[in-house]
Amino acid sequence: MANNIKKNLTRVQQEYKELAQSVEPPRPILKNFIRAFIAGGAICLVGQAIQEMFVHWGGFDEKKAGDPTVAVMILLSVILTCAGVYDKFAQWAGAGSAVPVTGFANSMASAAIEHQSEGMVLGVGGKMFKLAGPVIVFGTVAAFAVGIVHLLIKGGGGS
Amino acid sequence: MLKGHQSWLFENKPFIRSTATVVGPFEGRGPLAKDFDIVHGESMMGQKSWEKAEKVLIEEAAKLAIENAGLTKEQVQFYIGGDLMNQIISSSFAARTLSIPYIGVFGACSTSMESLALAANLVNSGSAKFVLAGTCSHDSSAEKQFRYPTEYGSQKPPTAQYTVTGAGAAIVSMEGDGPVVTSATIGRVIDMGIKDPFNMGAAMAPAAVDTIEAHVRDLGIEPGYYDLIVTGDLAKVGYEIACKLFKKHNFPIEQTEYSDCGMMIYDYETQMVQAGASGCGCSAVVTYGHLLNRMRRGELKRILVVATGALLSPISFQQGESIPCIAHAVSIEAGREIL
Amino acid sequence: MIFLWAFLVGGAICVFGQFCFDVLKLTPAHTMTLLVVLGAIVDGIGWYDPLIEFAGAGASVPITSFGNALVHGALQELKSNGWIGIITGIFEVTSAGISAAIIFSFLAALFVKPKG
Repeated sequence: MANNIKKNLTRVQQEYKELAQSVEPPRPILKNFIRAFIAGGAICLVGQAIQEMFVHWGGFDEKKAGDPTVAVMILLSVILTCAGVYDKFAQWAGAGSAVPVTGFANSMASAAIEHQSEGMVLGVGGKMFKLAGPVIVFGTVAAFAVGIVHLLIKGGGGS
Repeated sequence: MLKGHQSWLFENKPFIRSTATVVGPFEGRGPLAKDFDIVHGESMMGQKSWEKAEKVLIEEAAKLAIENAGLTKEQVQFYIGGDLMNQIISSSFAARTLSIPYIGVFGACSTSMESLALAANLVNSGSAKFVLAGTCSHDSSAEKQFRYPTEYGSQKPPTAQYTVTGAGAAIVSMEGDGPVVTSATIGRVIDMGIKDPFNMGAAMAPAAVDTIEAHVRDLGIEPGYYDLIVTGDLAKVGYEIACKLFKKHNFPIEQTEYSDCGMMIYDYETQMVQAGASGCGCSAVVTYGHLLNRMRRGELKRILVVATGALLSPISFQQGESIPCIAHAVSIEAGREIL
Repeated sequence: MIFLWAFLVGGAICVFGQFCFDVLKLTPAHTMTLLVVLGAIVDGIGWYDPLIEFAGAGASVPITSFGNALVHGALQELKSNGWIGIITGIFEVTSAGISAAIIFSFLAALFVKPKG
């Protein structure tokens, strides 16, 4: 992360940084928290509703209904991204739109759409994971680490 | 001729013979819309990509400026231009179309005055008869290159700025009439350790102040010499910081009106631009369109335009570097028949 | 009842994300990465599944559940196939999500231009 590399600031730079911080308009933290809560909660509600529909009318059981639910949420997010609406919603909702899996889908769809001008292979194919890549990389590495820990603590082939 | 340490005095007073400004639809909804020559209806401008649309902007501005000067492109000796795109492709590809001997420059958002200063110098020293100076920016191509894909849902903080979709071009020559370029000050790179690319105003303000102070020092004048000193795109946050810095340095900015192009081009009430505007096109279209129109109407006699630029790249930011900035100043005075 | 908890828990996880944005000043990419890793760790301890039982979509929709699913896959395969399962199983459970995202994004790029 950029913040990790500390740059020694001179006294003048320190003073300037304080001046700049004093002028910086504060982020409306409480307003943003409330909006994120409402938006994120609402998206999860939609997800819950979709899951119930798959269980009651789709013939899926509780455990298996997760897959089609995620697929539908992703599809909805991609459609909203295509319509040019998701980014406007995100300015209002902040993390409420970024944290749900819909944010993940938006990051991929927006990158794919944007880089289509560089061709399907290098543009769409090569840059689709521009923003979602870190999530997949670190998720995989974390899962691997957890797996190793489990192996060492509990032993393989049975708990 | 050289004046002081880093300034040029243009004793032959080259004219800004003509200007042209071309903007996108968002700028066309702002308070200065009537001052722009061409306002496009959609920001893709019928092209297949944002980058191609940006080329259209600068090509149209360049061609219109040449036309407004009553010239053909074959008569123009040099085209000095730059923009925000990697390898300044917008300007380079426009130069391909124009076929004018080309000097590409990179000053980020300070390019408008950097190119105008160089153009005035070439003409003033007899190194050229007609020089085209121009720059452009496009909000979507800038977002795509520096920040996120345009459809990505990221929440912009209140310090963020909106890149102007616009191009401004000017023809400078000894022949003709119009506002004259009287002097210019080339800025030094100033870096006060600001690292936040969503707070360019704070990064650029010290460079603007440094160049303005150097200008009055080099030329031996007071800020009150000018009716208006305007910075390129400090926007709300940078502007306030600059005012505080002037006070801290006991610089008598109150002798004149001090304003900022980034705060003029959009309507804060109706347009969501957080702190204000930025981009090479910002200072270019506001100066060549709005300010020179005011000058032509006799409302302004002497102005100092100080375009400000942030010289970072996405990689420098990711590698933990802070943001070095620069500001270039050009003084423009009303043509002789108005004075 | 589960609808209420879905709303509350989902909202709360998003508020934590907003905290990362506004207070910790992390970028979205860093925040999502942090959340996914947290989800993986919480599942490693064994607390994520109970959370899903309790809050339903409030726990399964946020990106944290992606970390949970990756760990589930790894541990499932570890249990049935031994140590190699840690690698072979990781993407098993999340396959629907990743495949859907790739396919729909690809289709989007075919038919849609960005609007700026």
